Amino acid sequence: MTPITPAHYLVLSAALFSIGLIGVLVRRNLIVIFMSIELMLNAVNINLVAFSQQWQHVVGQVFALFVVAVAAAEAAIGLGIILAFYRNKETVNVDEITLMRW
Amino acid sequence: MDNLQAIMPMLIVTLAAAATMLAESFRLKDERMPLGGLGLIGLVGAAAASILLWNRNTTSFGVVQSDNFALFINFVLVAVGILTILLSSQVIDREELPAGEYYSLVLFSIAGMMLMAAATDLLLIFLALEVMSLAVYVLTGIRRTDAAGTEAAFKYFLLGAFSSAFFLYGVAFTYAIVHSTRLEAVALAVAGRSDVSGPLTWLAVGLLLVGFAFKVSAVPFHMWTPDAYEGAPTVVTGFMSTGVKAAAFAAFVRVFLSSFEPLRGEWVTVLSWIAVATMVVGTVVGVAQSNVKRMLAYSSIAHAGYLLVGIIAGNASGKSAILFYLLAYALTNVGAFGVTALLATRERPRGDLADFAGLWHSRPVMAALMTIFLLSLGGFPPTAGFVAKWYVFGAAVQEQLYGLAIIGVLTSVVSVFYYLRIVVLMYMTDSRAEYEPPRLTATGLATLGVAAATVFYLGVLPARVIELATRSIDTIF
Amino acid sequence: MTTVLRLIPLFPFVGFLVNVFLGRRLSKRVSGGIACLAMLASFLVGAISTWTLVQRPSDARVVDDTVFLWIASGDFQIPLTFRLDPLAALMVLVVTGVGFLIHLYSVSYMHEETDGEYARYFSYLNLFASFMLVLVLGANFLVMFVGWEGVGLCSYLLIGFWFKKRSAADAGKKAFVVNRIGDFAFIVGMLLAFREFGTLDFREIAFEAARLSPEVTFGLISLMTLLFFIGATGKSAQIPLYVWLPDAMEGPTPVSALIHAATMVTAGVYMIGRNAALFSLAPITMDVVAVIGTATALMAGTIGLVQNDIKRVLAYSTVSQLGYMFLAMGVGAFAGGIFHLYTHAFFKALLFLGSGAVIHALHGEQDIRNMGGLRRDLPITYWTFVIGALAIAGVPGLSGFFSKDEILYRTFAGGHTLLWTVGAITSLLTATYMFRLVFLTFHGERPESAGSTAHHGGSDHGHGGGHGPAHLHDAPPTMAVPLVLLAIGSVVAGYVGVPHALGGANRIEGFLEPSFHPVAVHAPAEAGVGGGHGETAAHGEESPDADAHGGASVELTLMGVSSLIALTGIGLASVFFLRRRELAQATAARLPAVYRTLLNKYYVDEVYDATVVHPIQRTSERVLWKTVDAGMIDGIVNGAGAFVRGSAALLRLSQTGSVRVYAASIFIGVLLVVGYYLVR
Repeated sequence: MTPITPAHYLVLSAALFSIGLIGVLVRRNLIVIFMSIELMLNAVNINLVAFSQQWQHVVGQVFALFVVAVAAAEAAIGLGIILAFYRNKETVNVDEITLMRW
Repeated sequence: MDNLQAIMPMLIVTLAAAATMLAESFRLKDERMPLGGLGLIGLVGAAAASILLWNRNTTSFGVVQSDNFALFINFVLVAVGILTILLSSQVIDREELPAGEYYSLVLFSIAGMMLMAAATDLLLIFLALEVMSLAVYVLTGIRRTDAAGTEAAFKYFLLGAFSSAFFLYGVAFTYAIVHSTRLEAVALAVAGRSDVSGPLTWLAVGLLLVGFAFKVSAVPFHMWTPDAYEGAPTVVTGFMSTGVKAAAFAAFVRVFLSSFEPLRGEWVTVLSWIAVATMVVGTVVGVAQSNVKRMLAYSSIAHAGYLLVGIIAGNASGKSAILFYLLAYALTNVGAFGVTALLATRERPRGDLADFAGLWHSRPVMAALMTIFLLSLGGFPPTAGFVAKWYVFGAAVQEQLYGLAIIGVLTSVVSVFYYLRIVVLMYMTDSRAEYEPPRLTATGLATLGVAAATVFYLGVLPARVIELATRSIDTIF
Repeated sequence: MTTVLRLIPLFPFVGFLVNVFLGRRLSKRVSGGIACLAMLASFLVGAISTWTLVQRPSDARVVDDTVFLWIASGDFQIPLTFRLDPLAALMVLVVTGVGFLIHLYSVSYMHEETDGEYARYFSYLNLFASFMLVLVLGANFLVMFVGWEGVGLCSYLLIGFWFKKRSAADAGKKAFVVNRIGDFAFIVGMLLAFREFGTLDFREIAFEAARLSPEVTFGLISLMTLLFFIGATGKSAQIPLYVWLPDAMEGPTPVSALIHAATMVTAGVYMIGRNAALFSLAPITMDVVAVIGTATALMAGTIGLVQNDIKRVLAYSTVSQLGYMFLAMGVGAFAGGIFHLYTHAFFKALLFLGSGAVIHALHGEQDIRNMGGLRRDLPITYWTFVIGALAIAGVPGLSGFFSKDEILYRTFAGGHTLLWTVGAITSLLTATYMFRLVFLTFHGERPESAGSTAHHGGSDHGHGGGHGPAHLHDAPPTMAVPLVLLAIGSVVAGYVGVPHALGGANRIEGFLEPSFHPVAVHAPAEAGVGGGHGETAAHGEESPDADAHGGASVELTLMGVSSLIALTGIGLASVFFLRRRELAQATAARLPAVYRTLLNKYYVDEVYDATVVHPIQRTSERVLWKTVDAGMIDGIVNGAGAFVRGSAALLRLSQTGSVRVYAASIFIGVLLVVGYYLVR
């Protein structure tokens, strides 16, 4: 069995990032899109931690912690906005969110 | 204690924000509290702190540098904040917005903006960007019962989070290359090594570029802008179209014109195309709008394009031009949105172009103020907008970027067409009988009057401010 | 002395401020009075400044008034400087002098407006004058540009003054958009000049230019000057950007007189004169200027021959005369062009004000086919109008004769025989269409039906109409005084430029010459340092001595020819339109194609419509269900507008409102950015 190299981490994180990206692009449910974005942030975290591990350098891990915190704040605010939105429109389908366009 | 010096301005603003929030929580149900006053005190305090820090180039914790560049942006932000707060009181009463939340969010986001301009670490830039953005997302949707407002907030939030994922990915790659997130470390690493030009590098540069391009609403990352600007309460639109842009451009300049300057060849072509697309799309699509807020949103996209030209020129005059432009644009745009905000009523909150019909006949002062702001946006001499554009395009021509300069001039010539449409409506049509625009309050008049006067001041006597701007850019390392 | 210059544009600006802020509360008498006083004050200051200027030796006639340092970037500094030199002094006198008379005339012409509208009118007019004076006095391109944009804006507001008339609002927009095309070229030219010379100061550029030799092939200077010239064609209504000026006649008549005849439209000519040294370096541009000018003169002259709206005839005549001025500039006769600009200001303002008096008397009637026999009822108007017409026709002894003759002589002497021929033909046309106007308006009999046809919506001065032909009022005193004064001016203004061949001294040329080829050597302290020490003017042929000897006989001959032409033109007009009117109709009937082509202004609007506007409009209408303000502007403007609007409407379709599409756009952006690095 080959050892796990930084390249593996890179690929894993890129894969996760892409899954999140595709989720944002193709899903219609607000909540799922939002979760996909969280996935993208966490993909980046893997990257940061992997490089932190490789360089034996703590900044990456600290950074990852901050990202987690930011993601939490984002989740709180995002869900708040989604809730307010749902109260107005009674839908979580993004394709119906087209009050403003052109 | 020394470590706190550089963060003094943002600290004061943050304290004011916290105080506002506390005061709101102690407020009795029908008690009236001058919450905006707390904000004003905080902003004035921040301005005072910035003046004291001027020319001292202090650093806090090694990651916040209050150099003159950051302080200049602070002044812009303070001006934006004060104007916004003064204009807001009327709107808050009219729309029954939660005053405490409103003011504290404005202040928190200003703190984030200041931090963003002063941060010298990519991690901190990211955090500041989030502090700013999260507050602005909420401000956008602060009219909780308004479908358009919440939709705008939602779109802005979702796309903002999406783009910050890209930005973060870019930061991660930068970290991978240079083993640090400090900007000076990045600069050293990039300048000292010849092997940096690999796939990781261009991923890092490209993704950071995307993150900033989103925040400054450059094409094709601009699509959230018209919707968010239209749906947000108009004062908030004025605030975010100027404050967010100023902060984002400050960080953009710091990262790309200092850290990534040695890699210029890697990003300048991409950025040029983005700038061209931004100027053209912002101008052309703006022509087709029938809502003032949307139109001004496209206008702000076009202005982002002109600012990008300054970054691309990248020389000393380009950098100082950006600072001057940000100031001129901030005052003008807050003013234009301010007039639109004060003109709105509960029944007509969205700023239809038709609301301006015959304004000269019903509310001449408002019409005159709006005219000044629109002329400045269109770049008519002798207003601030003209001088700003002259500097930016002049810097581009100095660097022989004739194509960019010509497109810039061409688009600003075309853009006047839609600014003048409002002027025509105000002066050359009859006012509509069924719609009586509200009167201008004394505060509103004073605020907008000061903004308009400053727009003229910057157009007629820009030399001193330009000198300040020129000295400010010396200090970014 | 040096700080006085700023007062010249300041007075009208103060007038503007007073009228804009207090106008509603002031009576008409006060707001009109303030506006006139402002102009008078400005004129007096201008006259005194000019007087002191003239006292100086001819090579030291430059006075700078630097108000402050306007824009500084690095080593390049652009001060807000006003500069009075002979050229500027002449323009200042024209702008303030003629401007004052037109303000005075407006006092009674506009008296039927409400107080608020009246003040609005005078505030615009004063603001215009202020900007025009900034344009004229500006010592560098940027200050000039402030005025340049400002006068455009005011012109736009004034054309659309009667916005309730749809055509007026449209005409305003057309003027505006066409001028933007010119402005674009002007700004780019300015940026180029700034980069090339490192300064925008006219004198410094001239000194720099004096070191360069003329460009034989198309180079940077040619490009720069060509861009400036495009800017000038927009402002001064030359081919192909002239289409806005005839439509601009929708504005009040005094506005037409001030802005669209005497002052603003000559800004392009003035700008070229201001940069004579620079333009002299670009022979290619000069040729273009001359050819465009001549072509415009001829084309507009022929169109003017068959128009039936009194103001439109004058508008085309203005375009045509501006063409003359550009011809002069193009052949290097800068003094001649400016001389014509100056005389033209008098007689064209006079003609417009006279036409205004006619329109005023006839309650808005503008169609000359419904006029006739007015000389009995409107004697003052008639006689002053005839003087103006004689002057523009180039009848010996009046101002137009001297200036036009100067241009034609220079053209001929410069070897441009073809241009001279066309110019001479145009001069014949000028005499003919002007006297056609005179005869149809003032002679003969007024058609029976005319009195009651209180004219369509396009009436200039509509107050109901339908009073019947019985009782017509001649111009009231405030209108008559300007007419008479301008008539005197139209006669005597030319005597400052009596050519050497007639024993005159051509003072105006000697007076203006230092402005075209400034030499630094004797300039007083306020002039910049720089090269050009003692260099003689580049154009030997222009030195007055040359034609005193060799050219005199040629000049006399040409003078005779042009006098003959003028008289022939008047004679033709009298045959066709006075004595045997049926001949005119017969000719028109015999040459229907020609007549119709001319009547329809060479179908230029239609061609622009057919080639640019309609295809775009049709597609955009078919593709889009929501065309905004379709058909708002016509002509080429419509083309540009529709193009932008069409693409705008297409582009905005991408803004679907769906977050997923927006996210996709961001993603595509990322792909493009990253993809660029991959394929690079």
